[in-house]
Amino acid sequence: MNNVINEIGIENYIFLASLLFCIGVFGVLYRRNAIIVFMSIEIMLNAVNLLFVAFSTFRQDAEGQVFVFFSMAVAAAEVAVGLAILVSVFRNIGSIDIANLKNLKG
Amino acid sequence: METNLALLLLLSPFAGFLFNVFFGKKVNKGISGAIGTLTVLISFLSSVYFFTQFNPSTKPIEITLFDWISVHNFKLDFGLLLDQLSLLWLLFVTGIGSLIHLYSISYMHDDDNMHKFFAYLNLFVFFMITLVIGSNLLVMFIGWEGVGLCSYLLIGFWYKNHSYNDAAKKAFIMNRIGDLGFLIGIFILGSMFSTLDFVGMKQALTAGNSDTSLLSLAALCLFIGACGKSAQLPLYTWLPDAMAGPTPVSALIHAATMVTAGIFMVTRMNFLFDLTPDVQNIIAVVGTATALVAASIGLLQNDIKKVLAYSTVSQLGLMFLALGLGAYNVAVFHVITHAFFKACLFLGSGSVIHALHGEQDMRKMGGLRKAMPITFWTMMISTLAIAGIFPFAGFWSKDEILMVAFDHNKTLWMVASIASIMTAFYMFRLMYLTFFKDFRGTQHQKDHLHESPSLITIPLVILAILAFIGGAINLPGSTWLNHFLEPILSGKHEEHALGSHEYMLMGIAMAGAVFGILWAYSKYIKQAVVPQEDSEIAGISKTIYNKYYVDEFYTFLIVRPINSLSNFFRTTLEPSLGKVIFSFGLITNKIGKQGKKLQTGSIGLYMFAFVIGIVVIISYLFIAQ
Repeated sequence: MNNVINEIGIENYIFLASLLFCIGVFGVLYRRNAIIVFMSIEIMLNAVNLLFVAFSTFRQDAEGQVFVFFSMAVAAAEVAVGLAILVSVFRNIGSIDIANLKNLKG
Repeated sequence: METNLALLLLLSPFAGFLFNVFFGKKVNKGISGAIGTLTVLISFLSSVYFFTQFNPSTKPIEITLFDWISVHNFKLDFGLLLDQLSLLWLLFVTGIGSLIHLYSISYMHDDDNMHKFFAYLNLFVFFMITLVIGSNLLVMFIGWEGVGLCSYLLIGFWYKNHSYNDAAKKAFIMNRIGDLGFLIGIFILGSMFSTLDFVGMKQALTAGNSDTSLLSLAALCLFIGACGKSAQLPLYTWLPDAMAGPTPVSALIHAATMVTAGIFMVTRMNFLFDLTPDVQNIIAVVGTATALVAASIGLLQNDIKKVLAYSTVSQLGLMFLALGLGAYNVAVFHVITHAFFKACLFLGSGSVIHALHGEQDMRKMGGLRKAMPITFWTMMISTLAIAGIFPFAGFWSKDEILMVAFDHNKTLWMVASIASIMTAFYMFRLMYLTFFKDFRGTQHQKDHLHESPSLITIPLVILAILAFIGGAINLPGSTWLNHFLEPILSGKHEEHALGSHEYMLMGIAMAGAVFGILWAYSKYIKQAVVPQEDSEIAGISKTIYNKYYVDEFYTFLIVRPINSLSNFFRTTLEPSLGKVIFSFGLITNKIGKQGKKLQTGSIGLYMFAFVIGIVVIISYLFIAQ
């Protein structure tokens, strides 16, 4: 296991995670389809999970990996709730374009 | 046993109060009155028990109910103190209280709110007992404020009459001025001795050398409190107005008990006042001045209760004269005899008013002697007592005061004697105008003249007997009261052996009283003068009839400036302040109106702001490192 980290190098994991995270952020910012936004959020979460796992291996410490399980469980719950909301939104206004969800205007 | 009995003594009237408040309306009037009377009677019987069991040679009974305040080194118990002084006061407060409750059953029977009346009256007795048996100044203060409250409630008992409400407010506010003084005095003493306990303070004062100027200030403040409660100059004007209340209230609160609270307090604190001769002089002078001023106003009043009210103020002035001269025992003696005859006089006047269906103007009375013999004779005895005729109770006590005054200061003695002559005059003026000559009221009233029912006459008779023999407790030569009070009075006490000197003074006092009576006789019986109508009074009599315009003077000096000040606050200051406060609201409102435009409802924009925010925070953290 040590070799995997050493061969590739911890900094490359960080670069990849950062890249994934940025992709997620831009996805959230620019896409208007709510499902895509969800997916982008998942990408961000997974970028963080990746970092957790990488550092956990690098430091020979299992705690990071445990955390990832939590994070995945929470993410799954969140997606379940989020998708349910989306379904009901779609039933009400016939669209999942976030630009149309402006009823909370002040 | 003692604790339980003391609690019964204290709480029995309170139980009566609770009963009348919660159930008084449901039961019939007789029961409501009977419960009210019975609870006070229980207190009286307990007081009698304590009094008979009391052994003057042993220490007084001290009962600590619970720790009340304990802060740093200041400690205060909620305690009761039953010593000679409080026992005496308890006896006549609850004794006369029971009689007046009994009287009220008949007197107030036609009133729809009789249960309320008895509730207030019971509450008053409860607070009066608290005042009397409190073992420290703060417990006393609770009672002090409580009796003030009850006095307010009872003066304004007939609340539908607006001027009665004004009288109630006046009494309350005037008392508050005095109470502020009392409270400041308590604070000063508390900070000096770290205790407010009477016994503790006495020990601290007799042991240590305290700051005399601070002590004087404290004594003066306490005296201001006494001035308010006991209607002395310059705070006396509330008492005559307090006659707006039902007559039993005037008898109980504004003649016999509450107004003597100031004298009780000064006597209680005698160890303090003995150390402050300056304040004692002030007390003596104020008391004498009050006696003279009030007596002179009483000369020309035509309202039967107003005459008695000014007479009360005047008699209280004499008591303060005695206090100021350090003769506490003499003052207490006069308090007790005064309670007897003044309560009797007030109840008698109530009986007269009752018979005349609410008429209080003596110009419309006259000739009642035959119609109301019991009322007449009881009032006659009390009048002889207050005028100071041998051998009625008032003679002994007033004479003692005059003797003490003569020994200390001839001027005070002269003024007090003149006040006594005036007293004899206006009291007999009252009697002649009310009971002699022909009836001057309406034919309807004349047809319905009747002696009052026995519930009214029984208390009158008992009080008249007491007014007759009450002097026996402290006759010159067999001074039971003086010896009884000796242990609690720290200073020297006045004792008069009977000698030619004393006989001369007694003779002068008697001659003065007889002169006053003859003066009244020649004017109102021989010449059959009936006082003029209000509009016809002129000259100096007009000034006196209008009470020297003191009320008007206070209105001009205090009430008007306060009114215009509050008017200024209301019309000018409050609106401008309001504008400032309101402008804060306006500004917030404007900001909010602009700010709500930020909330577009567009999720994309929120996300954008969110990301930008995080980027800014993170970059700041990096740069800061």
